Amino acid sequence: MDFALNEEQRRAQEMVRDFASKEIAPTIAEWDRRQEMNPAILPRMAELGILGINIPVRYGGQGFDYLTLALVCEELERVDTTLRVIISVHMGLNSMGVFQWGTEEQKQMFLVPQARGERYAAFCLTEPGAGSDVAAMTSTARRDGNDYILNGEKMWISLATKAHHFLVFAKTDPQATPAHAGITAFMVTNEMPGVTTRDLHGKLGVRAGSTGWVKLDDVRVPASHRIGEEDEGFKIAMSCIDNGRYTVAAGAVGLIRACLEESVKYAHERSTFGVEIGKHQLIQQKIAYMQQWYESARLLVMKAGWLKNVGQRNTRETSLAKWYATDCSVKAALEAVQLYGAYGFSDEYPVERYLRNAKGGVIYEGTSEIHQLIQADYALGYREDKPLRCELPAYNEDAWLEEADLVPA
Amino acid sequence: MHVVVITKATPDDNATVRVDPQGVVTWGDKLVLNPWDEYAVTEAVLLQERYGARTTVLTLGNEAHDEALKKSLAIGIQQAARIWDPALEKHDSLQHSQAMAAAIRKLGDVDLVLFGKEFTDTANDQHIYMLGRQLGWNVVGSMLKLLQVDPTAGTLRLERMLEQGIQTVSTRLPAVVSLFDDINEPRYPSFVNIRKASRAAISIWDAAELDLALEPPAVEVLEYLNLPERVGNVEMIEGDTPSAKAQALVQKLMEAKLL
Amino acid sequence: MSTVWVWLEHSDGKLVQSAREALAAAQALGSQVVGIIAAGTPELVEALAVRAGQFGAQAIIATADPTLESYRFEPHVALLRALVDAEQPAALLAGHTLRGREVLSGLAGSLGVGALTDCLSLEWSEERLVAVRPAYDGKVLCRAVLRRGTVQLATLRESAFTAQPVPDAPSPPLQWAEAALAEDAIATKVEAFAASSAEVDLTSARVIVAGGRGVGGPEGFGPLEELASVLGGAVGASRAAVDAGWIPYAHQIGQTGKDVSPELYFAVGISGAIQHVSGMRSARTIVAINKDPNAPIFEMASYGLQGDLHELIPAITQALRAQLADR
Repeated sequence: MDFALNEEQRRAQEMVRDFASKEIAPTIAEWDRRQEMNPAILPRMAELGILGINIPVRYGGQGFDYLTLALVCEELERVDTTLRVIISVHMGLNSMGVFQWGTEEQKQMFLVPQARGERYAAFCLTEPGAGSDVAAMTSTARRDGNDYILNGEKMWISLATKAHHFLVFAKTDPQATPAHAGITAFMVTNEMPGVTTRDLHGKLGVRAGSTGWVKLDDVRVPASHRIGEEDEGFKIAMSCIDNGRYTVAAGAVGLIRACLEESVKYAHERSTFGVEIGKHQLIQQKIAYMQQWYESARLLVMKAGWLKNVGQRNTRETSLAKWYATDCSVKAALEAVQLYGAYGFSDEYPVERYLRNAKGGVIYEGTSEIHQLIQADYALGYREDKPLRCELPAYNEDAWLEEADLVPA
Repeated sequence: MHVVVITKATPDDNATVRVDPQGVVTWGDKLVLNPWDEYAVTEAVLLQERYGARTTVLTLGNEAHDEALKKSLAIGIQQAARIWDPALEKHDSLQHSQAMAAAIRKLGDVDLVLFGKEFTDTANDQHIYMLGRQLGWNVVGSMLKLLQVDPTAGTLRLERMLEQGIQTVSTRLPAVVSLFDDINEPRYPSFVNIRKASRAAISIWDAAELDLALEPPAVEVLEYLNLPERVGNVEMIEGDTPSAKAQALVQKLMEAKLL
Repeated sequence: MSTVWVWLEHSDGKLVQSAREALAAAQALGSQVVGIIAAGTPELVEALAVRAGQFGAQAIIATADPTLESYRFEPHVALLRALVDAEQPAALLAGHTLRGREVLSGLAGSLGVGALTDCLSLEWSEERLVAVRPAYDGKVLCRAVLRRGTVQLATLRESAFTAQPVPDAPSPPLQWAEAALAEDAIATKVEAFAASSAEVDLTSARVIVAGGRGVGGPEGFGPLEELASVLGGAVGASRAAVDAGWIPYAHQIGQTGKDVSPELYFAVGISGAIQHVSGMRSARTIVAINKDPNAPIFEMASYGLQGDLHELIPAITQALRAQLADR
């Protein structure tokens, strides 16, 4: 057992922390109020290499491990959830999916520019009438010679108006039983005729991010853009979600830390009844709980990351980490707002934003209720994981640093 | 062209520094690259990119100061060395400038030495100008903007800050230059340089290696003191309206002869 | 007692404030206070000498030479080195300005002696100078003593010492000295100088109006500028305001900005984080204006106004204008 981060992980974490706190934090409240995404964020994350953090160097990434991915998510969501959402969709749900399921040609075509940050990536599974019930989707893909013709509407798509590459799931066999057996995955690009995207406003949280819809009207997609086999889409979607959930869980840890750190700071600053409020026992209890939630959620995330590093299936552990960490982040944000009192109710302080952002985390990437069912099914023996045709590659430092120029001058 | 940055690891910006009852300065032990030197390291990396300069970072101190070197390497400096001898432990500016001069001579082909504004731990910048005289090189302080370097002609043009305005100066290399506060946008480490930094070997040079005969420190710190607590006797200015409060304040300031 | 020299920095034909302060400090330390003036022309030297006499210089050693007209490190350090070698004063003081610190540190390096810089106080102890000066970025102080060197060198924190005019002082006698370096021995050339009144001279400002996160946006600094201009002061800012891009970095006060010691400091919408406080805590009088009655800044302020700064600042400006018009 080794709980220590190595020097490279620590420095990567510190670098992302500096970026988020220096470049994003000072203006995030304003962007959140305007319900717009700071346009500098994506280019900066690309430039710094954050968009390819855990992809091998030979595929345009930085070659760090899956634990570093979690550290990055924690640091990003420490400042704002919208930053981590970028990683969840660009990396967790899309790039890691291509890395796991794509052919070598597809990795060159999609993964390399995504990992370099030249192309931004999004994930299109949810529809207006199909959230947790994925199989209820109505989007279709009809084979036409060497192409597929895609039709449908995808909803709640992060980076809808920003991404170049959309990993879209559609039914190639609408009559299949069970219904999820007829789903196929495609990489659709924003230049393809028939693709329309728009942002949604009026969300409770992640207001400084981009969430929208993607509409597909007779979009002609070459068969070379099909990820995996025909009708293999559901398995692909589920393994993408294993990775997306991991980033959400790690981000939620950052959100708990944000609540904890801001609460500790305020508990020292503010005084009532002649003493700083940190001296009041009921305030101390809130701080103690936040500390407990932070540490325990982080351990679950790190365990899932370790499983990914060694190449073991982690659907169960990732689901547990995601459920627990996001639930705790809601509780931590509620307590933080309470601790701040009336100021916590005002957008002059960041904790009300944490609360609004936290609420999304218990809904997307599997609601807390879905995760409870998953955990119960595993415990009761109703559910077990079968090997996949393509597993997420285990971390291998030498292989991932292949082609990296690390020779000192 | 060979550019050297001389830095140190100093307490983190956010650290609370206190003097404990035994007179020992405490800050929770975390050391980071001296904040002002992020500008110097960045400027050196820019010279590396623009002019193909070779870059070296030096520090003075025990192994705790490796942090400053590693961070500099992670930002993009090419090589690092640490000067350390127990005789330097008082962090005396004169001694340090002598050791820096010896290290610069050892490197042999240095054209430009860059410094951030000051070392925050000793709250001092005198070593910069002392080094200039130890080496007998040209010295320009508080550079705001580097206008031009010509390594072949050995010339340097820059803008420097003075309280009254901005001077444009030219000088000849080799030179010692200190940087004004926000000359550039300090770089973060890059992921690839983080890899290089963790794999880098750091040379350690002691007084014998530098052929350095050290005299005792020129300045001795007798004791550290906490800042005097500001008296908590705030007088709250009351009034029914902002304008009433404002008038009451102005009255108070008049009485205290502050206007 | 002893002879204490003061390097008299000047600008635009006038002694800078820190030079006048250093003359006062020298009077407290020495029986004989000698001003060192290096300037481009004899006329300028003579005018500065008269002024120096009015602030306590009893004698002047002066050099007038074209090489000394614009500030450059090398000729000034070389000149001081030659003068010190020849005359062996007990101590040499200067203001802790950009020039003062360069020249005295350079001289120390040239002589192989130490220097006490940014001194908040200075006294003799067994014939050695002892100073209280900052350490650890000004978050603590230290008492330090010069151990080596016959001439003892110190630079003084601006505004830490109070200039003392000496009424009816006789004009100090002038002793002329030659420049130490000829122009062709100086590699550094000054090509241009752009005087900037706009440049924020926070460190020597008598009054500072500083704004923080509570100011709310770039436009929020307008009323602060107005108040500062009525008071003849400068506008400062906390790191939060600078990081948010509301005001340029040159205005930043605190740990990663400037250290200031004005007589009057308005902390407007500044909570009082340690990083800011370390840069302004030596202000004589602090007026804190904040919406939050529990903001830590109130603990260190002399006067506090709780309320909406967007109402209070214009009201104060107006009240000041009325008061100043009455006078």
